[in-house]
Amino acid sequence: MKTGAKILIEGLLKQGVTTIFGYPGGVVLPIYDELYGSPLRHILVRHEQAAAHAADGYARASGKTGVCLATSGPGACNLVTGIATAYMDSIPMIALTGQVPTALLGNDAFQESDITGITMPVTKHSYLVKKAEDIDTVLGEAFHIAGTGRQGPVLIDLPKDVVTNEAPEPKPRGEISLRGYNPTFKGHIRQIEKAISMIGEAERPVIYAGGGVIASDASPELIRFAEATGIPITTTLMGIGAIPCDHPLNLGMLGMHGTRYANYAITECDLLIAIGARFDDRVTGRIQSFAPNAEIIHIDIDPAEIGKNKVVDLPIVGDSRMVLTCMLDRLTGRKERTTWNNKINHWKVEYPMSCPDDGVLRPQLVIKTLSDLLNGEGIIVSEVGQNQMWTAQHFCFRHPRTWITSGGLGTMGYGLPAAMGAHFARPDLPVFDIAGDGSIQMNIQEFGTIVQYDIPVKVVILNNMYLGMVRQWQELFYDRRYSYTELPSVDFVGIAAAYGIDGIRVDSADQVKEALTAAITTDGPFVLDFRVEREENVFPMVPAGAAINEMIGGQKE
Amino acid sequence: MKVHTLSVLVENRAGVLSRVAGMFSRRGFNIESLAVGTCEVPEMSRITITVNGDDTQIEQVKKQLNKLIDVIKVSDITYREHVRRELALIKVAANPGSSRAEVMQIADTFRAQIIDVGAKTLVLQVVGPPEKIDALEKLLRQYGVKELVRTGTIAALRGSKTTAGE
Ligand SMILES: Cc1ncc(C[n+]2csc(CCOP(=O)(O)OP(=O)(O)O)c2C)c(N)n1
Ligand SMILES: [Mg+2]
Repeated sequence: MKTGAKILIEGLLKQGVTTIFGYPGGVVLPIYDELYGSPLRHILVRHEQAAAHAADGYARASGKTGVCLATSGPGACNLVTGIATAYMDSIPMIALTGQVPTALLGNDAFQESDITGITMPVTKHSYLVKKAEDIDTVLGEAFHIAGTGRQGPVLIDLPKDVVTNEAPEPKPRGEISLRGYNPTFKGHIRQIEKAISMIGEAERPVIYAGGGVIASDASPELIRFAEATGIPITTTLMGIGAIPCDHPLNLGMLGMHGTRYANYAITECDLLIAIGARFDDRVTGRIQSFAPNAEIIHIDIDPAEIGKNKVVDLPIVGDSRMVLTCMLDRLTGRKERTTWNNKINHWKVEYPMSCPDDGVLRPQLVIKTLSDLLNGEGIIVSEVGQNQMWTAQHFCFRHPRTWITSGGLGTMGYGLPAAMGAHFARPDLPVFDIAGDGSIQMNIQEFGTIVQYDIPVKVVILNNMYLGMVRQWQELFYDRRYSYTELPSVDFVGIAAAYGIDGIRVDSADQVKEALTAAITTDGPFVLDFRVEREENVFPMVPAGAAINEMIGGQKE
Repeated sequence: MKVHTLSVLVENRAGVLSRVAGMFSRRGFNIESLAVGTCEVPEMSRITITVNGDDTQIEQVKKQLNKLIDVIKVSDITYREHVRRELALIKVAANPGSSRAEVMQIADTFRAQIIDVGAKTLVLQVVGPPEKIDALEKLLRQYGVKELVRTGTIAALRGSKTTAGE
C-alpha cells in the first residue's frame, strides 16, 4: 500500500517528468512532503500564475508536457490565466491542484473553489479524483489527452484525503484507450491526392503555416515540401520558426502586423494551403476579403477548426507532419511559376521590413542587434504588446521552438515565467525575455525565482513608459487621447539589484550592442532597461475590420 | 435555420452534463431542448438535444461535441427515419360547470390523459412530437394554462438500427 501522494509523484516520474513548477499550501502538504528529497525537481515560483506559464514555456521549448502544481482555492484560481493561455495556443500541460477533503466538497470549506468548474472552458479535459486508487489511471489518461491530437491543458483536482489515503501499488499502465477520444493522425489519401492535383494546377499558390506545424514537429517536412513545390510560406505568430527567417521561400508573418508581401500574396493567391492554422481574426482581418480569389486546402488535426471561420474547398484532417510526409511521397514534377515568383520578389524589394538607422534608440534596433548577435541560436520569449510584435517582425528565427509567445490569449506577464520554464527545457541555450515595461511588472516577482535557482534568463525591457500597444491604438484611432496608458519611469535596474540581479540601463543607440553583449556574456540572469523612443509604432498595421491588404505604414519613405 | 435532433452518447460521469451545456452556451449555440437519461449500456447516458441553426452552425455543434472527451458518439438523426416524442404535463384552469367539459373534450381529441382533477384545475398528460404539444398548449391557453412542464424531445431511429451501433 502507498499513499496517494506517493502514487502521484511516482506516477509523474514514470511519465518521464523531471521538473515541475509549483507553490505550496494547506491541502497539498502531503504532496509537498512526498516531494521532499524526491528526484522530481520542484521549482518554487512566487505566484501560481508563473507556475502555469513556466510549465507552458517548458512545454513549448521541449515539446514535452509541462506540469504545474498549486494548492486549492486561491492557488488554483491563480493558475487560471496560465491554463487559459496554454489552452488558446494548444500547449500540452498538466495542472495539478489540491482540493479540500472529499467530505467537505461543496460545503464552501476553507479555501474551496470549484476549480474543475472554473476551468472547464479553458481545459481540454479535467478530473476531480475521488479515490487514491484512481490517481495513477487518471495521470496516465491526462498525459495521453494533453499530449496527443490537438494538444492542450488537462487539470487534475486532488482532494486532501485522496492524497493521504493509501491504495495498492498501481498496475503497470497498458496502452491507453478512451472510447470518447480518438484523434485522427493520418490524412485521408484521396483528399491528399486531390490536394496534389490542385497544387499542380495552381498558378499562384501560398502556404499559410501555423502553430500546428510547430506542435507536430513538422518543420523539416514543411521546408522540404515548400522547396519541392517552390511554394512560398507565410507563418502566423505561432508558426514563426517553422522556416528560417532568411529562407528564400519565407514571406514572414501575415496578418495584422504581418509583412506587406505576405498579406499581398494571400490576397492575390489562387490556392491557399493552410497547415495547422485556424484563421484567427488577427490573421485574416475582414474574413470575407481574406484570400478572396483562392481555393483553400486546410490541413488540421482538429476537425472543428475546418470550416469554423472560413469555408474551405478541401479539408484534410490529420497531423501536419504525417500529412506533409504523405504529400511529399506523392509529389510529381515541379511547376515553374515565374510570373508569380517575380511578383512576390518585387513586393519583397518594394516593401521590406526595415527599421530606420538614424541614431535614435528605437526598439526595433534592439531586436535587430540581438538577432545579429545571437544569429538565431537561442530561445526568445516575449511579453505582449508592441515588444512582442517588434520581436516577431525583426528577430531572425532559424529553428522551431525557439520563439515562445502567448498568441491566442495575449497574456501580459507571460514572458518572464515562460522563459524560466524554457530554460529548464533547454539549459543548453541562452534564453531571452523581450519585455515591455508594462508586462514585466505583471510577474516581476519572478526575479525572486530566477535568483533562487540561478536561472540565467536575460530580460530585455523595451521601456517606452507606456502601455505601448494600447497607446498606439489611442494615437491612431482615438485622436491621441492617451487614457490611462502612460506609466511612470521605473528603476528596473534598481529592482533587479534589490533581488541580486545585475543590470544596465541603456539610454542611447550607440550603447545597444555593448549592453546586449554584456548580457550574453554574463553567466547568470541579467536585466537590460532600454529607454526606447516612446511613441514608436508597430507598422505595417491592418486596422481592425479592414482587409489584410489595406495596411498602413511599412512603405518606403 | 432548421431544428436538428442530435442523439449523443456520453460517459455516465459527474460533470458531463455541465460540459455539454457549457459548450453550447459558451459558443452561443441555441439549445431548444435537452433530455438526458440512462441508456442500454450501464456506464453510458444518452442525451437528446434539439438545436436550431444553419448547416454550418450544426456542423460546428457536432464537431465541438465530439471534441469533449466524455462524449462517445454524436448522431444527427434529423434526416434519417426516426420517431420523436416529448411528454408534457399541463395544469389548466377548469372550473366545474363552465370550461371543464370543453377542456376534457380537447384532451380527448389529443389523446391526452387527465392525471389529476382538482377543485379548479385539471392536469393533462400528453405525449407526442413537440409540435403536437405546442398545438395543445395553444388551444388550452384560452382557459388559462397555470403550469406547463415539458420533458424535452427524445428520439430513436426507426427499424432495427440504433444510434449506438452503426
Ligand atoms: C493581462 C493583460 N492585460 C491587458 C492586456 C491588454 N494589453 C495588450 S498590450 C498592452 C500594453 C502592453 O504594455 P507593455 O508591456 O509596456 O508593452 P509595449 O506595448 O509598450 O511594448 C495591454 C495593456 C493584455 N494583453 N494582457
Ligand atoms: Mg511599454
